[in-house]
Amino acid sequence: MSVLKVTKENFDVLKKSEKTVLIDFYADWCGPCRMVSPIVDEIAEECPQYLVAKINVDEEPELSAAFGVSSIPTLVVMQDGKIKEISAGARPKAAILAMLQK
Amino acid sequence: MHIYDIIIIGGGPAGYTAALYATRAGLDAVLVERMSPGGQMALTGEIENYPGFDEGVDGFTLGMKMQSGAERFGAKTEYAEVLSVDFSENIKKVTTTNGELFSKTVIIATGADPRKLGIDNEERLTGRGVHYCAHCDGRFYKDKIVAVVGGGNSAAADALFLSRLCKKVYVIHRRDTLRATKIYHEPLMKAENVEFLWNYTVQEILASDGRASGSVLKSTVNGDTFELKVDGLFVSIGREPMTSFLNGAVELDGNGYIIADETTKTNVAGIFAVGDVRTKALRQIVTAVSDGAVAVHYAEEYLNSNN
Repeated sequence: MSVLKVTKENFDVLKKSEKTVLIDFYADWCGPCRMVSPIVDEIAEECPQYLVAKINVDEEPELSAAFGVSSIPTLVVMQDGKIKEISAGARPKAAILAMLQK
Repeated sequence: MHIYDIIIIGGGPAGYTAALYATRAGLDAVLVERMSPGGQMALTGEIENYPGFDEGVDGFTLGMKMQSGAERFGAKTEYAEVLSVDFSENIKKVTTTNGELFSKTVIIATGADPRKLGIDNEERLTGRGVHYCAHCDGRFYKDKIVAVVGGGNSAAADALFLSRLCKKVYVIHRRDTLRATKIYHEPLMKAENVEFLWNYTVQEILASDGRASGSVLKSTVNGDTFELKVDGLFVSIGREPMTSFLNGAVELDGNGYIIADETTKTNVAGIFAVGDVRTKALRQIVTAVSDGAVAVHYAEEYLNSNN
């Protein structure tokens, strides 16, 4: 599956998702975000059991504030509309998959 | 079992330069990288002291270019984390999260990570008021009060960067003068919203609602303590070499750096250390790329005399 670009308008999709959700909060100008971004794309491609989303912190300051994001990239795992895991900073692929499998 | 001529561990500037020199010389080399090209360089917004870029270059782009420059000659990147190494036999073994790799020589280019303060709640508050990358996270503190811990070049650059965004920037330094080079002194002293707190160390990080809200500072002169309220704490107190996975396989100095001189040779024949992970006077991109080329030169010499 491809990555879902999430804004305020379609955020409900994540809250109502039956699949476990991975959200990548990022900005285009941030080096570590650009390191993580292709890894998140790969997970979306390889793991259809997850709903993988990206939220641009510059375009979506309200969503970022709602999740208390003050560091990017921030990776969030959500299940049944609730936050299960939250992790600031770039992570290797294995560590992100481990967050999802917890 | 495939036996490479060279396994390179780490995809920063030193690692990809080694990959370029090795594959261009016709050697069979693989580079193991845990995340993505560039290393610490990729976290640097603007690089002004790498020659050839008259208007500067951003670190992420330079990392990608170094990777594609090496791939042009057939270098391969294996995306995996190295778990352990065994250098005790003639054929060296590197165990990764993707399985085992074997080679005749190994070039270690794992670099360094930001050093932590070493305070109990630091990890829990990382990304929640405690930060290690001002360039990445500074913008979340627009018009807020922050503190930078440290007095070296990166601390000074961080303080200057933050002073343009934040209402107030405290610089907490354990000495009474900056270690940073002169180029930073004047603009920092001139910035009206920068205040220096000389001769203090961070003893405690205060938290409220799961976020850092300040810190307890301790004077290095008389031991007095006081509370400083800040919205964010940016830690910039140097680097820590990534060598714990080696588990004694090569000799390290007291700070964890691999002992190797300008030949990049470690105490084990056929094992080389390049870039920031090696004992050296100046840790820069230009000295890292230089190490990468030198290591391949001596690796070739080793391969020729042992084949």
